[in-house]
Formats: sequence, C-alpha cells, structure tokens
Amino acid sequence: MKRKASIFAAAAAGVMLATSAAAETELTVYTAVEAEDLARYAEKFNESHPDIKINWVRDSTGIITAKLLAERDNPQADVVWGLAATSLLLLKSEGMLEAYAPAGVDKLDAKFVDGDNPPAWVGMDAWVASVCYNTVEAEKNGLKPPSSWKDLTDPMYAGHVIMPNPNSSGTGFLDVSSWLQLFGEEGGWEYMDALHENIARYTHSGSKPCKLAAAGEIPIGVSFAFRGAKSKAAGAPLEIIVPSEGVGWDMEATAIVAGTANLDAAKTLVDFTVTKEANEMYNSGYAVVAYPGVAKPVEHFPDGLLDAMIDNDFEFAANNRAAILKEWQSRYDGKSEAK
Amino acid sequence: MSSPTTNLTTMPEGPVIKGKISRDDIIMRSGMIVIALYLIATLVFPLYAMLSKSFSTYRFELSQYEFQVSDEVGVFDGTILTGSELNAQTGVYEDLDLSTGSDGRLGVTKFFPDFSFRSPVMYQIRNTAETGRFLVGSTLQDSTEWVTLDSNTFRRVQLRPMKSTGMDNFINYFSTPALFNSIKNSLWIAVVSTIVTVTLAFWFAYALNRSCMRYKGVFRLVAMAPILVPSLLPGIALVYLFGNQGMLKELLFGASIYGPIGIVIGSVFFTFPHAFLIISTALAISDGRLYEAATSLRSTPWRTFWTVTIPGARYGLISAAFVVFNLVITDFGLPKVIGGQFNVLAVDIYKQVIGQQNFEMGAVVSVVLVVPAILAFAIDRMVQSKQVAALTARSVPYQPTPNAKTDRIFFVYCCFVAFFIIGLLAVCQFAALIKFWPYDLSLSLNNYNFDKMDGGGWASYFNSIKLGLLTAICGTAVVFFGAYLVEKSNGFRTGRAIFQMFAMLPMAIPGMVLGLAYIFFFNNPSNPLNAIYGTMAILVICTVTHFYTVSHLTAVTALKQMDREFESVSASLKQPTLKLFSRVTVPVCLPAVLDISIYLFVNAMTTVSAVVFLYSPKTTLASIAVLNMDDAGDIAPAAAMGMMIFYTNAAARVIHLLASRGILKKTQAWRAR
Repeated sequence: MKRKASIFAAAAAGVMLATSAAAETELTVYTAVEAEDLARYAEKFNESHPDIKINWVRDSTGIITAKLLAERDNPQADVVWGLAATSLLLLKSEGMLEAYAPAGVDKLDAKFVDGDNPPAWVGMDAWVASVCYNTVEAEKNGLKPPSSWKDLTDPMYAGHVIMPNPNSSGTGFLDVSSWLQLFGEEGGWEYMDALHENIARYTHSGSKPCKLAAAGEIPIGVSFAFRGAKSKAAGAPLEIIVPSEGVGWDMEATAIVAGTANLDAAKTLVDFTVTKEANEMYNSGYAVVAYPGVAKPVEHFPDGLLDAMIDNDFEFAANNRAAILKEWQSRYDGKSEAK
Repeated sequence: MSSPTTNLTTMPEGPVIKGKISRDDIIMRSGMIVIALYLIATLVFPLYAMLSKSFSTYRFELSQYEFQVSDEVGVFDGTILTGSELNAQTGVYEDLDLSTGSDGRLGVTKFFPDFSFRSPVMYQIRNTAETGRFLVGSTLQDSTEWVTLDSNTFRRVQLRPMKSTGMDNFINYFSTPALFNSIKNSLWIAVVSTIVTVTLAFWFAYALNRSCMRYKGVFRLVAMAPILVPSLLPGIALVYLFGNQGMLKELLFGASIYGPIGIVIGSVFFTFPHAFLIISTALAISDGRLYEAATSLRSTPWRTFWTVTIPGARYGLISAAFVVFNLVITDFGLPKVIGGQFNVLAVDIYKQVIGQQNFEMGAVVSVVLVVPAILAFAIDRMVQSKQVAALTARSVPYQPTPNAKTDRIFFVYCCFVAFFIIGLLAVCQFAALIKFWPYDLSLSLNNYNFDKMDGGGWASYFNSIKLGLLTAICGTAVVFFGAYLVEKSNGFRTGRAIFQMFAMLPMAIPGMVLGLAYIFFFNNPSNPLNAIYGTMAILVICTVTHFYTVSHLTAVTALKQMDREFESVSASLKQPTLKLFSRVTVPVCLPAVLDISIYLFVNAMTTVSAVVFLYSPKTTLASIAVLNMDDAGDIAPAAAMGMMIFYTNAAARVIHLLASRGILKKTQAWRAR
C-alpha cells in the first residue's frame, strides 16, 4: 500500500510539474528495476532536472526484453534504464540502441561499459553469483563447506545442491555461461555433467535456491550474493561462499533506444545515470556499482566478491545463449526423469 | 355430367409460405449473434492465432549470404561463394540445424575448414537480399554492401534467421527428448491420478448416498473444500509435510515428494470434489425396485453391487474419470510447485513462454496439449449422449437400510478422507503462521506482510476480489442471457446448433492454452482490441470464457425446466420477450443464476493457468501471487496467501447461501403450495 501511495505521489508530483513547467519533456523509460526503487530513482533525477518527466514501464527482465524486441519496428521506449546487459546486447544486435558516450563515462569501471566507442550501453550495478550454504543442515548431513565450484562435484554433496534452471532464470544462465568461460567449452560441460549428479533439482527462479538453503530444505543453493545477504539478515543460518575460481555476474545497464524523438532529454537522463550520486542511489540495493569507490559495504556481504567477479564476455553470453540453452536442455532436462 | 377437375399442372404456383419474423425474433436473433460473436472473438480467433503461431518458424537462409576469402596477403581473387554452396561443400550443418527460434544465431567459421583466427587471411561477407541480417560481434549488418573482416573479427560473425512458415517447430519438438518426454509424463500422471481419485471419490459418494452413517452433511461440506483453493496449494502443504524438512518425511521411506508422487497426491486433493459431485449425482438417483429384485433373486450384496450399482452409476463414473483426467493433464500450478524435475506439458508451455520467450514453441506444446484434452472431452460427450433416463415415473427411490457394521466402516473411511483434506489445509495455515520454518517455530504474522514479497502484495488480493466480482456479474449476465436466447428463441436451428457448439468448446481448451492464445491475438498491435491487453478487462473476459461451458450448462438445465408456453402466452398477450425474460424467467431461475455467479467467483479467485500469461504489474492476482511467491522461494507467504483465498471463497459461499435463502424465500414462494 505504501509503495502504491508513493508511486501515486510521484505521479501527482509529475502532473503538478507538468502544469507548472511549460517546456517539459516526457520520457518513456522501460525498466526491470524493482518497483519500490523506481519512485526513488525518478525523484532523485527530478531534483536536478525538473523539466523531464519519466513515465515508467516496469516488468521482469524477460518480459521487458520480449516487449522491446516485439516493438522493434515501432519503438515505444525512449530510454532503457535498468535492464540486464545481456538483454541490451540482444537489442544492440538488432540495431535498436543509439550509441552515446554519456558525460563522465570515463570515470566508471571499464568492466561496466560496452566495448564499442561510443558505447551502446553503460552499466549501473552488478548482481553476482554466490553459493548459499546452510551451516546447520550441512553439519547434520556431515558436509564440509565447499570452497570452489569444483568442490561441489564431490560425491559427498549428492542431492544436497540446488541451482536455477538457466532456461528460465537469468541467474542460472550467468552461472552456466561463467562456467563455460572459466573452464572452456568442453571443460564447462564436463563440469556441469559432474555437477548434475549432485543437483537435487533445478528451480525456475534464481532466488529460490538460496531461500531453500535458508529454510534448510536443501543445504547448498547456487544463487546470487545479494539474496544470500538478505536471507542471512532475516536470521537464516547461512554462510555465503564465493567459489575460488571466480563467479559469474550480470549487470543492470542503461541505453538510449534508437530513433527516439526526445534524444536530448534521453541524453540528459543517461548522463545522470552514470553520475556519482546516481551510483550512490543504486548502492542501497546493490553491493557492486559501476562507479569505483562509491559502494558502501552491504551487511552480510561476503568479502572478496568484487575481486572474484570474472572478466565476463557478454558478447559470448548473448550470441551463444540460444545454443547453450539448447545444449543444456538436451543434456540435463532430458534425463530429468523421476529418480 | 362433368365434374370440375383440377389440373395440377396448370395451377399457378402459390406463394412460398415463410414464418414471419417478428420484432422479438429479430431482437433475440441479433442478441444471439452478438454473444456468438463474443465467443468467436474471445475463443475462436485467439485459438486460430495460436495455431498459426505454431507454424511460424525461423530459418537460416544460407543462400542469402555471399562470402569471399583472400589469400595470405589479403588479396581477393574474386571467387564468390554463397552460404548454401559452402555448406554443400563442407556439410557442417544438417537441414534441421538450420531451423531455429527467433533468437537463433549461427557461426560461419565452420564453413572454412582451414580457418584460424590468427591467420592473415581476410574475409568478406554480404547479404544478397534486402531482408538479410548478420552480426559482427553484436553490431547488426543489414545492408547488401560487402563487409571486409580480418580473421579474428570474422569468427565473431553470426548469421541471423529469417521468418518463414512450416512444420519445423513440430519436427523440432518431437526430436527434443526433453520435450517429448513430457507427453508421456503428463499422460502417466493423469491416468494414475484419475484412477486413484475416481476410486476414492466413488466410495466416498457411496458412503454418503447408500449408507446410514452419521454426519453426512459435514462430510459433504469437507469434500467440497478443495474447490475453494488454487490447485497449487496442496503442493505447498506437501512440501511442508514431506519435503526434506517435512514433518512426516519418514513416511515416504526416502522417496522424494518432488515428482510424480507429489503431483498425484496433490491432484487427488484438488480433483476430488469434482469427481465426488458427479459420482454422487449418479448414485443419488437409483431405482429401489432393482435392489428389491436382486434381493428376491437371492443375489449376494457383492453381486448386486457389480450388476446393479456399478452399471447404474457408469455414466457418472465415466464422466468423472474424464473430468479428472482433463483437470490433471491441463493443470499447471501443482506440477510447477511440487513437480521437481518431472516435466509435464502444462509446465513446459510456461517454461517456453515465460522462461525462454520462445512463443512459437509454447504454441507447439499448446497444440500438443489440446489433443488429449479435446479427445477426452469428445469421448465423454459421445458416451453421455447414449445415456437414457434411469429414473422413470414408476421408479421407487432407493432407501438405504442401516447396517451397523458397514456404516461404521464407511464412517471410518470418510473420516480418513476428510482428515486428508482438512489436514492439508491445516498444514498450510500452520505454515503460514510460523516465523521461520524450521529454525524459529514461534508464531508470527510476518508471512502476511505480502507487500514485502514478490507477487504484488496485498494489492493482488484486492485485485483478485475485483476480478471475482466482475467475472461473477458480467459472466452470469452474458452466460444466462446467451443460454436463454438459445433455449427459447424460435426457428434459426443452424444458428442455435452452432452457438451450442461454441458454448461447449471452452471446456475442452486448457487454461494455459487459452491464456497463450490471448497473448497472440490481443497483443498484436494491428488488432483493434489491443487496448484491453494488460487491463482488468482481458482478465475478466478470459476467465468468463474459460469457465463458460459449465455455467452455460447450468443455465440451460434451469431453463429447460420452464415450459415454452410462457413464451407463447407472453406472445399472445403481445408482451415483448425481453419483458418476459426480466419479469418471469430470471426470477424463476434465480437459484441457477446464483449458482452460476458463485461458480464464476470461486473459479476466478483460484484460477492460475489462463491468467498467468495475461496479468500486468497493475493487475497482479492473489492466485498468481501464490505461484510467484513460491517461485521466489517465499513458500510460507505463498501458503498464507493461498489460505486467504480459501477464507474469502468460504465467506463468499456462506454469503451466497444466506443470500439465496433470503432471496429464494421471496421469489420462490410460488413453488410451495
């Protein structure tokens, strides 16, 4: 109710601004950011740019991506603010993004900026894979905490590991693509073959493995760090493990949609999204942000996470996505008969 | 004397006599056409859109690309090869490899066996057709100009597919073992659940109709409880009972509840009331004379049971079996929650559409799922049409005689079933009130803090109530008026027959399929009805259509009890039919009208399958919230929301009961002498 009220208030404020400022521009912004954060983001932006009004269109990552792709020939969005980089790469490969180097983009960590010059998209914050480990249940089952991805293939963990299905979960896909990058194509599949023997089942969503680990249903959940920190804060006997080989990650990023009628306003907005204050704003939900030195530690977040983030090849992930998922499905979904 | 004879051949042709169509007839026929058009727009067109989507494919058209390779120093000798020629030379891709999804990408380095990304050889590539597309890295190239690339960049070239039509999707589907397996799984689950549910429900109904045990009313009430909750709620209860942290997991002796066992137990729970209602109706009417005859012929009770009781109830049993089969095979919530790695068709549709955004493949699975559903429905219809009246004017209703021993056995059996039903519900309520299972068992209302979870918070609960009310009001109006027009209008036989067919169709269409078909039809920007996409209106329309058949049949049954003479009398009194409809027909049929509205309300509150593709961030629903919270791992809040749906539906039932009593007393006074 509170959230609804605040959105309403923001909308009302927007309407009032619309009547007061004559030279107002409206931007249609597509996003996958949590609804409760949106009002805050818009408010912060309007503090310095009261003349630009943001109309949010929010949905989950997959649905927003599909919506944007479906509108390819007649784009409705001006800006995409807060969508997975792998999704933005799909849009880029359809020629749907307007390349633009926002003022001050050079201050960002290079990992977070598209390789092209000018970049087609710039990153905001990252979500990082991690392993949630329930210490109480593990002890009951006589398990030792794993320290690396390879450890998880130890037969001792048979039936005690759970991970998201990459076909439905973005987190699941970033795990799979990171293993393929870390261990090479062949080594990656070999690793997953071995891991599959220990997997209790594959979940639809990326946060469920960690919540199941928190509830003790399955002691080890392959999920993402932020989820683990939240469950730990809620009182779950969890340890968040950062595997030593490195962890996969994806980021939320921003881009201008090619052909927008409000290019200047869109540029103003994207300029804002890379500023220090914008990154401070992202930090309340994400421990890793694009602007170096901004991030304050989030409670219960594992140490060394930032260093463990692999040098993620987003182009590889986006271009091979369909093929990887097909291969994954034929290997692991096919034999997922009842055991 | 010559008698005047009539020569028939010379007679002038008389006028063709045609019944005069009165203004009333015109109003009624146009009304019927409007509702038929409604059914066409909300059922036939979407299904057609879905069918055509299942044939829409994506292929790599290799002939639309041309390549050139230079020598070691980067000079091109002018030899141009198309992609299909290269593929013919090297044979790297089979025909099936070239069919793909909208997201497909194809690397090209395999066409050049001596390719090395370190070699100084240069490559050129271009599209020959205007529509051709390929990527260099993630940059789109869609012009027909030559693009020159060094070999290191050339390995980043990816071809993009072109849209076409064909059977490729189906071929792909049947050659993917993971997907194909689901057909077997779905059928297997549906058959096992059907056998178990029908057996349990039969004995339960038998106990209530043919024994003299006590507390029949209570048992009847308990048996109907599962109808008030979404089908995925028993799944959540089973996780708490038999999951790895379950209270009773030892009872499974190491077997996992995640999989067929869980799906079958849950399916039995949520299909039980449907089977029970049908079988109970079949057992309720029975000719006592047959039993007297059996007794006087000294038949053993066992023999009487097999030669009199079972044949008498066979149509009910068959009908119940097909209804349960259809419910299980088309249900999606339960296998999603408790299915683990056991894939079934309905979940596959969801995975393809929501997980992978592969709408074409989702459409293919839908077409596959419709086949058994329609088949079961058609067989059931065929069998039912053979049914003849079991109860004639001379029948004597069967009266069970008390028998202490069997009555006690039946009582214990019914207690057992009732315990199963109440037990699962109680577990959900218990789980919803626990702070953090299994580590902190103190009671708390934290799990009711829906606004902090995925799924839309409390707003989704109120949306659901709104959907329920709107569906009940609009749905009842449309359905009852439609049924009246079909039942009571004159002539226009073909039109009425077609209308009847449309009205029966929704029963055979699984909710998932209907929802997906709605995406294809209504989310098309060139469709003038596109505006309702993402609104409450589309949810209402979808739900009304989804549950049209049963409501329609209820209305028709009630209307059949009214003599057509009402219409004749009204016509001779020169009263418009619509006046008769509002002043006589509706008040007389009020019990049926109320039944239809409560049926629609309860189903709108619990439905998941059809609306899961259609809700928007503004129109999240409670039943979907249960699904999404479970999906995100918030199982206790999911249970809490599921129980909120249960209480709401139970309250609606009570209000319905009180309202019907009050209204019936007023409007049905004429029934009493």
